[in-house]
Amino acid sequence: MIEIRDVAKSFTLHNQGAAVIPVMAGANLAVGAGECVGLIGASGAGKSTLMRMVWGNYLAASGSIMVAGLDVAQAAPRQIIALRRQVLGYVSQFLRVVPRVPTLDVVAEPLLNLGVPVDQARARAAELLARLNIPERLWALSPTTFSGGEQQRVNIARGFAHRYPVMLLDEPTASLDAVNREVVLTLIEEAKARGAAILGIFHDEAARDRVCDRVVDVRAFTPKVAA
Amino acid sequence: MGAVDLSIWANVNEATPLLSVQGLCKNYGARVGCAHVSFDLFPGEVLGIVGESGSGKSTLLSCLAGHLKPDQGEVIFQTAQGPRDTVVMAEAERRRMARTDWAFVHQNPRDGLRMGVSAGGNVGERLMAVGARHYRDIRATAVDWLGRVEIASDRIDDRPRAFSGGMQQRLQIARNLVTGPRLVFMDEPTGGLDVSVQARLLDLLRGLVREMGLSAIIVTHDLAVVRLLADRLMVMKGGHVVEQGLTDQVLDDPQHSYTQLLVSSVLQV
Repeated sequence: MIEIRDVAKSFTLHNQGAAVIPVMAGANLAVGAGECVGLIGASGAGKSTLMRMVWGNYLAASGSIMVAGLDVAQAAPRQIIALRRQVLGYVSQFLRVVPRVPTLDVVAEPLLNLGVPVDQARARAAELLARLNIPERLWALSPTTFSGGEQQRVNIARGFAHRYPVMLLDEPTASLDAVNREVVLTLIEEAKARGAAILGIFHDEAARDRVCDRVVDVRAFTPKVAA
Repeated sequence: MGAVDLSIWANVNEATPLLSVQGLCKNYGARVGCAHVSFDLFPGEVLGIVGESGSGKSTLLSCLAGHLKPDQGEVIFQTAQGPRDTVVMAEAERRRMARTDWAFVHQNPRDGLRMGVSAGGNVGERLMAVGARHYRDIRATAVDWLGRVEIASDRIDDRPRAFSGGMQQRLQIARNLVTGPRLVFMDEPTGGLDVSVQARLLDLLRGLVREMGLSAIIVTHDLAVVRLLADRLMVMKGGHVVEQGLTDQVLDDPQHSYTQLLVSSVLQV
């Protein structure tokens, strides 16, 4: 479902003397349906960079990134928009929403964008918020005022609202208590069981051991310094 | 490939652009307004245009909406009767399209509203311009639309002068969308509003775009607004498009030096 072939990435900082910083070269990786692959490597090694290239908000310098038959590295914006709407989900570490929108609608939005009727979308949102232990009295409020852990759970509920065939998870269990961590791990296991291909970053080793079928060390993709 | 239905790509790949712009140029004497702008806009897409004051973004929007005549280039709109170049279209026909297929939301609601006419009249007038004649239907539609933009129905007979800035802007949106356009041009729609009112307006616009399947072109200098509203982004400088792409790609991994400067100059977007 995800197939990364010979991907390279560099940043050109035009306003800092046009410095070119190569950050990745020769990245290869495949994730099949029903499989969860964890990215490992020290902070700054390129885990998030690789994940963002799959999501499409970072441009790959070369190589191909096939997601469900679309090469994200070459695709037109509208193809990536369609991919994200229907196929590719992303749970980032940060919740980014229009202020003042109620939590229930924030979670239901990915389904509304797919044309799911409002009552069904809200029912699914309510089910997930309840599972993630967000008290019902908060559902009508904007999540922008919530605690960090609550915001993260809202973000996870939003990410799992639609049953995406491919998912990217960036530290989904960070800053969660034991009960909610368990809920999130169960959600991931359920997604795998229905055939979702998952690429994730987990600093929580126990969580990683439990849900990941394999790990890939991104340090193998660090560009070699020319001799 | 598993259970994914790949037919979604066929739908995406076969879509016809709603608006196709080719080599658009507009000069003001020796000064460049906008130069060699080309892009396609597809149904349901929201395109953001950002750039500093004087970058040509408002000039471009005016050319697209037919308020200014470009010196060169084509603006092909997919009408019900097939593709038409709105640049060479007769003025009467362009005006008819501006009342039906397009809408234009001005930064200052005073430019888009009739200030001496009641709120209901502002909305009803657009309907009458496209042939609605039955008073009760017009009033019912106006009440419905005021509700959708969160204006209480007991304000229907008040003039916009008596409204707050945010309410005026919402009324302008209702007036523009009541006739069910397919493309909306917006010039700094949230400019000049309190941040709390901005948020409400953004949420409203997102809902309307989704429910009506609207395409929109939004000119703004606010990167936070485009992040939340636009699927795609065009960055302009000195009349030229220096970079375009998926909104979060342009903001998170800008390629052009000017975009890098723009993004790094903002406090947290």
